[in-house]
Formats: sequence, C-alpha cells, structure tokens
Amino acid sequence: MKKKIWISVISFIVFLLPFFTLAAQEGEHSAHPEKTRAGSEAEKGFNPSEFIMDHISDSHEWHIMTLGNGKNVVIYLPVILWSKEKGLSIFSSGKLAHGHIHNGYMLVEEGELKGRIVNAGSDGSVDEKNLPLDFSITKAVAGMLFAALTGLILFLLLARSYRKSGISHPRGLQSFLEPVILLVRDDIAIPNLGHEHYEKFMPYLLTAFFFILINNIFGLVPFPPPFGANVTGNIAVTMVLAVFTFTITTINGSRTYWKHIFATPGVPFWLLPIMIPVEIIGMFSKPFALMIRLFANITAGHIIVLSLIALIFIFESLWLAPVSALFVIFMDCLETLVAFLQAYVFTLLSALFIGLAVKEEHH
Amino acid sequence: MILATSLATPQIGTVFWTTLVFILFFLVLAKFAWKPILNAVKAREEIIKSSLESAEKAREDMKRLQADNEAILRKAREERENILKDARDAREKMITEARDKASEEAGKMIEKARTEIEREKLKALSEIQDQVASLSVEIASKLLGEHLKKDDEQEKLISKYLKELGTNNN
Repeated sequence: MKKKIWISVISFIVFLLPFFTLAAQEGEHSAHPEKTRAGSEAEKGFNPSEFIMDHISDSHEWHIMTLGNGKNVVIYLPVILWSKEKGLSIFSSGKLAHGHIHNGYMLVEEGELKGRIVNAGSDGSVDEKNLPLDFSITKAVAGMLFAALTGLILFLLLARSYRKSGISHPRGLQSFLEPVILLVRDDIAIPNLGHEHYEKFMPYLLTAFFFILINNIFGLVPFPPPFGANVTGNIAVTMVLAVFTFTITTINGSRTYWKHIFATPGVPFWLLPIMIPVEIIGMFSKPFALMIRLFANITAGHIIVLSLIALIFIFESLWLAPVSALFVIFMDCLETLVAFLQAYVFTLLSALFIGLAVKEEHH
Repeated sequence: MILATSLATPQIGTVFWTTLVFILFFLVLAKFAWKPILNAVKAREEIIKSSLESAEKAREDMKRLQADNEAILRKAREERENILKDARDAREKMITEARDKASEEAGKMIEKARTEIEREKLKALSEIQDQVASLSVEIASKLLGEHLKKDDEQEKLISKYLKELGTNNN
C-alpha cells in the first residue's frame, strides 16, 4: 500500500515537472538589475514592506533563495495567457524573467500592475488598456494543487482503510482523522443544520474544512516549495470559497428564508422599502465577511511572522536573531491554532448560514 | 498602498483555478471518500448503540433471572424446612404413639398376668384344700383306724374341722 502512495506521488511530480523549470539566475545580467532581489537589497538597503509583500503576494515564479554570489534560485511556473489577438499561449515564466518580452508579453516589475503579465508595446511600454486574461499556474495555484492532491490521497486512503477494516475500532490514519471528521459532523453540521438536513451538506462542509485546513497548514511550512504559498491568504481563493457557501445558501433557501427577506414578519408594510434592501445586503454581507475573515486572518499571520524575521535585517544585528526566532516559533504555534480555528470558523459560519436558509419555520 | 490594493484584488486566473480545483476536490471526495467514511462511521455508531442496548437488556435479563433464582432457592429452602419439620413431627408422633401403645399393651399384659395368677392361685388353693382334706382323712383314718367305727359320725366331724381350717386360712 505504501508503495502505491509513493508511486502516485512520484508520478504526480514527474507529470508536473515539464511546466516547472528550476534556474539559478544571475542578478547582474538582468535587464532591470535594480529589481532583482539580491541587487536591490544590496544597493538600496533592506525594504521590509517589499520583502513582506513579495512573500505574501501571488507570483509567476517561486523564489527559493538568493545565493551568496547574488544568484537567485527560482522555480519558474507555467504561464497560461489568453488574449483576443494572440489567442492562447502557454510558456514558462522563465521566458519573462529579467524584463524579457516573449510573444509580445512582459512581466510588470513596477507600479500598480506589479507582478502582472501585460501586452508590451513596441517600445517596451505597458499596454494598460488591453490586459490579457491570465490563467497561469501561479505560486498560489501550485500550492493549492499540491494541497488538494495531498487531501485527495489522504482521504481516499482513509476511505479505503474504512472499506477494509469494516466496523472495527479506528486505527492508524482513522484514529488521526476521524475525530476531526466527527468534529465537523457533531459540532458544526448537526447543531446548525439539524438532524434532518445535516447529511445533505456534510460533503460540502467537510470538503471546505479540509481544503482550508490543509492550505492553511501548508502555507505555514516555510521552506520546500510546494509548501509556503499564501493560498488561503489570497483574496481570490477565499472569494471562491465564500461564493460556494453563498450559492449553496441561496439554492437551498426555504420559503421561510425568502419570506424573511421580502416580507419580514412583524414589520409594518411602510418599513419594507427599508427592510428589503437591508435584508438583501445581509444576504451578500454574510459571505463577504467569510471571504474577508479568512483572507485577513491568514495574511495577517504571515505578515507578523515575516515582520519578526525582517527585524533581523532591519537592525542588521545577529544578536537579535535568537529573539526573533523565539518570537517566530511562538507565532508559528499561534498560527497553527489559527489555521485550525479559521478552517473551523469558516465551516461553522457556512453551516450556520445554510442552516438559517434551510430551516422551515412552523407558525 | 499600491501593493495592498493588488493583494485585495482577486485575479481571474486564481478564481478560475480555485473553482476548478475545489469542484474536482469536492466531487472526488464526496463520491469516494466522504460517503464511505461517513457511512462506515455511522454503521459503527449504530452497532455500538445496538450492542450497548442489547448488553443492557442482557444485564436486566440476568438481574431478573438472578432474582428468579433467588426466589426459587428461597422457596426450595422453605420447602425443605417444612418437609424436615413435618418429618420431625411425624417421628415425634410415631414415637409417642408407639410408646403409648406399648405402655398400654404392657399394662394389659400385666393385668392379664395378674388375673391369671389370681385364678391359678385360687385353683391351686382349692386343689390344696381337696388334697389336704383327703390327706387328712387318710392320715386321720390311719391314725384313728379302729377307734372310729361309725363312719357317718366321723365324716361329720372331719368336715366340721375342715370348715374351721378353711375359715382360718382365709
């Protein structure tokens, strides 16, 4: 059984390898030397906000480290673009490194569109009007794919162990994951959705919970590249998750739910022109809060850890390193808790919103 | 500030991939993981519940049986007590009866023996009287012999004496 896991993991990596190119680039030969990390840090001094933003924003390349001689070790991720004129184009982001223009595209390294791929004018200027649609496998997408694959392997193995062991006591993977599954069922789904509805929504709640949890935890692991991407701290990811909760809530809304929005019981009719807009805003503000909460919590955690690390470089003192390291260890413990807590809160509130929509009131 | 704006702007590509990955993740897990896992957990919980219930029932049955046993045992003990008591009583009764009968029988026999003895004694006495009478007549005839000539006078005399003897003896 273990062999099969390894075979599937290795085949996954082999499958993805052509899209990822590892390179040790030389900062000096860059077309825009001031923007390569080693160069800019050496010349302009350390810029903590740039350092932090580089780590938490999405990117077309995965920066691993800067070597002592100023070379950066980077994984170039696949770029997938679509524009009306040029159609679909897929290439490695390595072709856009150092300000190179490939197929009329260039990577913006400065200003409002920093990190975006744009159509390049003939003189190397940015064509801000006509942006291509960017479906690239960015750092966040790659990290998310890895997390999803890990989740798939983990839970398919778990399901298989259940098929094998039948109804015997939990063991191995089961004893590790079953309490968490039961937490979602007994503490999130059943209290909020009730016994008659909860089974229908269990798959969504479990999927959302573990998707967020795995991504949160992988985002905390700093080093080997599939880890450390800021996935759940990416507003697009949390937006999609919130939209799923919103869609499920709206589709499953009972008559009572819609009645409470468009004809709130106990409200005099002349107040309805105020109440209906308020209720409709409420429909959207709930998932909006879900989106912002997860995004802000995870991003804030990353920013705190990175700030503590940045202190060492701001003060340029080795003596501060142990203090910073201790604080970072403390923050990482706290962030592990937050990783779990935010997955829990997102799932709990999703269940609550769905529960409120589903419940049929009997007057 | 510019960087913060870019952070809070969702990118279409990320939205697309997240939707795709999440839907696939959901579909595969819902069909091949959550369903079997939740079913297995539920089946196990139901078995545990029913096992506990049947165990509880068995315990109650056991308790009832134990109570029944206790009652039967107590009854049996009482029965034994009763039987023993009856037996003891019967024995006592038999012994008393036997004793009474025996003493009665003995009394009767003694009585009979006594009357027999009385009768034998009387018989013996009268025999002795007859014997003595004839003996005395013989002795007297031998002694007197010749002296007594008139037989009838002698007879009279002798019976007169015997009467006297008889009354003296009595």
